[in-house]
Amino acid sequence: MPLLEIRGLIKRFIGVTAVDRVDLAVERGELVSLIGPNGSGKTTLFNCVTGYLATDGGRVLFGGRDVTNAPSHSVARLGIARTFQQVSVFPRLSALDNLLVFLQQHQEESFLARLLRSRRLRRLETEAVERARRLLDLVGLGDRATAAAGSLSFGQRKLLAFAAALMPDPELLLLDEPAAAVNPTMINQMKQHILALHRQGKTVLLVEHNMDVVMDISQRIVVLDHGEKIAEGPPDVIRRDARVVEAYFGR
Amino acid sequence: MAADGGALLELRGVVAGYDEVEVLRGVSLAIRTGEIVCIIGANGAGKSTLLRTVFGIVPARTGAIRFAGEEIANRPPTDVLKRGVGYVPQGRCNFPAMSVEENLEMGAYLRRDAQVRRDIAASLERFPMLAAKRRDLAGTLSGGQQQILEMAIALLLRPRLLMVDEPSLGLDPRMVEIVFDTLLAINRDGTTILMVEQNAKKALSVSHRGFVLELGRNRFEGTGRELLDNPDVRHHYLGG
Repeated sequence: MPLLEIRGLIKRFIGVTAVDRVDLAVERGELVSLIGPNGSGKTTLFNCVTGYLATDGGRVLFGGRDVTNAPSHSVARLGIARTFQQVSVFPRLSALDNLLVFLQQHQEESFLARLLRSRRLRRLETEAVERARRLLDLVGLGDRATAAAGSLSFGQRKLLAFAAALMPDPELLLLDEPAAAVNPTMINQMKQHILALHRQGKTVLLVEHNMDVVMDISQRIVVLDHGEKIAEGPPDVIRRDARVVEAYFGR
Repeated sequence: MAADGGALLELRGVVAGYDEVEVLRGVSLAIRTGEIVCIIGANGAGKSTLLRTVFGIVPARTGAIRFAGEEIANRPPTDVLKRGVGYVPQGRCNFPAMSVEENLEMGAYLRRDAQVRRDIAASLERFPMLAAKRRDLAGTLSGGQQQILEMAIALLLRPRLLMVDEPSLGLDPRMVEIVFDTLLAINRDGTTILMVEQNAKKALSVSHRGFVLELGRNRFEGTGRELLDNPDVRHHYLGG
């Protein structure tokens, strides 16, 4: 059974079918990329899967469970994390707190435990801070931990959002153009980290225009054009697919 | 257009930042008339801040910024604009609820001359992609079309220097080619270009010269080719 299964997904906006009967299955532990021209429906598909947009048809299953049109917070609790193209950080919180916030929703501690600040809770908090610091180091923001996120550059805020998505240790990670606005050397580190997550058994669905990233790390690539799936296969096949070259790569 | 020697824009020891954070810590560089110059560097190195400081959005704390021989440091943006500096910021910066044509009219807002109509028509002719969408709302265009529109808007004031912050951001591979080709064509028509890019290899390959910014200082400088071949630059900024 695939971890994520999308069946006949449809999303229409006024006059436009942004996602047109798309089938997409991602197996547990798989690293799949979703590519296609600007406006081909990649982000809309992410938005439908994560409850940011209501679908107009089709179903979304996560671990066999129907999550079609489930609200974002419950999708997140089930173990799907995502990033956004446009950065979404809390500008007045420090970089470190931006990561800790993402853990809150997964702390199922009772009110009493919180009130008493039990030893267990304190240990969890210490672990969370350590984990957040490791993630900040990973994206090159270790020395900016106490800086307000709003004072970071656009690229740094994207890196912070990437780290935040990893914070809850999700089962399925949906990454929407994580490499855009990021320096190539940092992109390599990001690539290594995505591969490391993959080796740990995590499942990743990646939207990205940087072909150095997509072709290097994907096991399988799915191509959308005008909301329809036009190709699917391993990188070497997709690279030479005439329809994909025409619709996407160009010369 | 080939670079002809004279410095159009010159920065000397520029220090700038936001509140308590110092982002530029002494940047000195010169851009010659007719060049395409690209600034690359790690995230947070100060690339966007450099453009904002030249444009007068971020105050320069110390240092000199000369454009066409005149001091422009800490001049208000409208003044910098009138002197011939165009600026296309990072990300989307058009009026999404206005048509393409209205956006171009907004670009010519500072102009009062009789040529404006003709220039807008010429702009639509030059960018057929925009002409096809002239009555469409800018917000309904693809990311790449909007990037071209934003450059067209900036060009309506006939800048001598066009500053562009990450023109390839979020664009698919075909559109990236079109945007860089457009920048080359704008340069051939006589506009000097200063761009900031993270698609560093591509940007350096179309630039006459490049600068690497590191922690708010210019660290390397050379022709596009020299920087692409420099092992240190490759390792630290081009992904090896």
